Amino acid sequence: MNAPAPALNTPTPRRFALRRLLPGWYGLGWGTALLVMLPVLSVFWLALFPTENIWPHLTTTVLPVYIQSTLILLAGTGALSVTIGVGCAWLVTLCQFPGRRLFEWALLLPFAIPAYVIAYIYTDLLEYAGPVQSLLRGLFGWHTARDYWFPEIRSIGGAILMLTLVLYPYVYLLARASFLEQSMSIRDASRMLGCTPWQSFLRVSLPIARPAIAVGLSLVSMETINDFGTVDYFAVKSMSAGIYDAWLNMGNVGAAAQIASLTLVFVVLLMTLERLARARVRQFTSPDRFRSIDRYQLRPLQAWLALLACALPVLCGFLIPFLTLIEFSSAHLEQFADSRFIGFAANSFTLSSSTALLAALIAIVISYSKRLHARSRSLQTAARLSNLGYALPGAVLAIGVIVPLAAFDNGIDAFMRAHFGFGTGLLLSGTPAALVFAYCVRFLAVSGGAVDASLSKVTPSMDMAARSLGANTLRTLREVHLPLIRGGLLTGVLVVFVDCMKELPATLILRPFNYDTLATYVYQYASDERIETCSPGALLIVLVGIVPVILLSRTITATRDSH
Amino acid sequence: MTMRNVLLSAAVLSASFTTLAQAEEVNIYSFRQEFLIKPLLDRFSEETGIKVNVVFAKNGLLERIEHEGQNTPADLLLSADIGPLYEAAERDLVAPIHSDVVERNVPEQFRDPDGKWVGLTSRARIIYASKERVKPGEITRYEELTDPKWKGRICTRSGKHTYNLSLIGAMIAHHGEAEAEKWLQGLKANLARKPQGNDRAQVKAVKEGVCDLALGNSYYFGAMITNDKEPEQKEWAQAVNLVFPNQADNGTHMNISGAALIKHAPHPEAAVKLVEFLTRKEAQEIYAQANFEFPVRPKTPWSPLLQQYMSDFNGDRINLGEIGKNRTLAAKLVDKVGFDN
Repeated sequence: MNAPAPALNTPTPRRFALRRLLPGWYGLGWGTALLVMLPVLSVFWLALFPTENIWPHLTTTVLPVYIQSTLILLAGTGALSVTIGVGCAWLVTLCQFPGRRLFEWALLLPFAIPAYVIAYIYTDLLEYAGPVQSLLRGLFGWHTARDYWFPEIRSIGGAILMLTLVLYPYVYLLARASFLEQSMSIRDASRMLGCTPWQSFLRVSLPIARPAIAVGLSLVSMETINDFGTVDYFAVKSMSAGIYDAWLNMGNVGAAAQIASLTLVFVVLLMTLERLARARVRQFTSPDRFRSIDRYQLRPLQAWLALLACALPVLCGFLIPFLTLIEFSSAHLEQFADSRFIGFAANSFTLSSSTALLAALIAIVISYSKRLHARSRSLQTAARLSNLGYALPGAVLAIGVIVPLAAFDNGIDAFMRAHFGFGTGLLLSGTPAALVFAYCVRFLAVSGGAVDASLSKVTPSMDMAARSLGANTLRTLREVHLPLIRGGLLTGVLVVFVDCMKELPATLILRPFNYDTLATYVYQYASDERIETCSPGALLIVLVGIVPVILLSRTITATRDSH
Repeated sequence: MTMRNVLLSAAVLSASFTTLAQAEEVNIYSFRQEFLIKPLLDRFSEETGIKVNVVFAKNGLLERIEHEGQNTPADLLLSADIGPLYEAAERDLVAPIHSDVVERNVPEQFRDPDGKWVGLTSRARIIYASKERVKPGEITRYEELTDPKWKGRICTRSGKHTYNLSLIGAMIAHHGEAEAEKWLQGLKANLARKPQGNDRAQVKAVKEGVCDLALGNSYYFGAMITNDKEPEQKEWAQAVNLVFPNQADNGTHMNISGAALIKHAPHPEAAVKLVEFLTRKEAQEIYAQANFEFPVRPKTPWSPLLQQYMSDFNGDRINLGEIGKNRTLAAKLVDKVGFDN
């Protein structure tokens, strides 16, 4: 703690009176959580009004397919993301091999690439007419598709690979942060007690990192569940496909909301199971972060394998799509000079940065009030439920945002008409504010997760010390907690920023007239299967995303001074 | 100033803005990509001085209109398919368009009898047949797609795609639900691969030998054969013959891109003016040429390319409302026969 020792101050009566009018942390926490939950509650509400009961049809036809595909997607993407994310994080943090410092940040790069771009590019590369198969045909003298077997990229396996490539960085990020924070002494103790490095990883490092990995995995799972673009492109019939089908093809919004709600219940169940499984295991760090990490020196063969293991995700998840985008863009360079283009980029940037900051603020309010009222079960539950927006497909979330905002706008309008004789029209609907609200709801799980994780590691004795020295809750937060969770907070801000840059479905539906972000601009053409035309836009999304990604890596590394 | 005064002056200001705005703008919620209609909208603005504002999204706009209610800023809904237009009318989100100009320019099958939606361009859902492996005249009807001789030789995009739903809707309208289900089942049995990709990808698959017949919308042919930026698409188009099915009976299945007037539109006059503009000869020529669709207005000259490849076919004359009505049922049939699985 570098703040000067707080002086004891007696609040003046006036300030005291004012404070009593303000809501306490309990009310603030609840209120904020409720506000963020509104869109999810709206979806539950819509679920009460189906135009017809769709379940007899679903259960006798495609529901088993939806459930099966979703489970396979979840299991596949989850397992692969954890393997890559945790494995690479451990390698770059605790082993010494050539290129380690480069991979520390390079492994985060795939994060900057939107999933729909990566799906499109790999289909182009790996399908029948793509360069890979053409080359093989040329080499082996095959003529038609019937002469040989090649894995179909447009399949559930393909979807799992694509989702993994863009989602594993979540796990990597959190696992790495956790490995960095772990006390070296614990590891040394395990080694002295006879563990091999591998055993020490399995029995000490991994269990300590488990909460962080669980957060990463839950983000990956929710992204997998809410994804529609990739699965649709790859013709995989997951639950989101079912939601869209009921909504758009059967005109049954209520039924779509029912399927979405059921998916949410499933997510809550998963989250609860995970929490129960590690119940009562609480860890507070006694940081020995000024001691640098002693890395395992790998033998040459091991070092090469480690290098390969880290290079592969970067190559497939970033380099290949990035270079392809550059190649596409070279034919459309004139777009960079288009003045509208700068406007789109400015919109993306403004929206993303305001959301990143606002979401961080919301995360702090909810996390901190939860900490202050640790015994209040209802507040804990509210905080957890406020993360659910992330598991909804973006377009469904957008409908969930439209309902309360329009009700609010129309309510005010009616009130003003009744009492003042004029209307105010739509105040929030169809404005950038609606977009920021939607993004916050969608990505609170990300910033909330980051803040929660850091805050929970601060030992309660810090609070006690600060409070007994006379600092109030707000001052404790400002002068004790915020400096301590700076790293986690910044992580949340940066990740949300990158996520917002890529966000598409909710943006499309909620945006104002004549308003484009880079993502919507790209989508206009991509949805017409002309991604080459808009590749400069896609490239710009990636480029803008790279900066925070690199900052992110530095933030994490800075948690421990390592040489 | 008291609070009341502030509010009042704000009201006066906003009221004067509203009247100003009323005179000179049309707000569009569009399911169609903006760049496809931009040139026309610009032309309209130039001619009339009416500004046109657009929000484009692939879904969710009907819900936006519904919940924005009386305060919705949207005047017009544009769609590239009958589906959303019919749905908007069903949900009572639209007001009828009463216009002699529109009624004169748009044939009856392409507009709602009460004016709740209006077609602006039309397109045919045709069969792309391999030049190499399918003899001319070997297939002439949608119904023949179930013939066992095509087993493993047909490609199509998802049965749930709106273009296929409309086609299935037409089959239901002509043959009844039971027959349509049997047809879908037979088609499914003949597929070369699980339905995937878009319409262009199916033609590409024919070129690559994955299949011999493909279902696709007519304008994709124009888009591919003139594609200078990606010349490989020209090769795909050159590998196929265009078959306009059912020339001797019902005619080829037609769909529209179209417009509907929003019930609570703040600028209904300007909106109708825009719809009228879009159905006039000049706009029809541009509109149809830009995307290789057919003008809905009779006696509008077609582009040379359309004349060369697609002239003189019989389109289905059934009112598209009949097809819109069957879409939910069509979606359920797709599930029932497991078409996409």
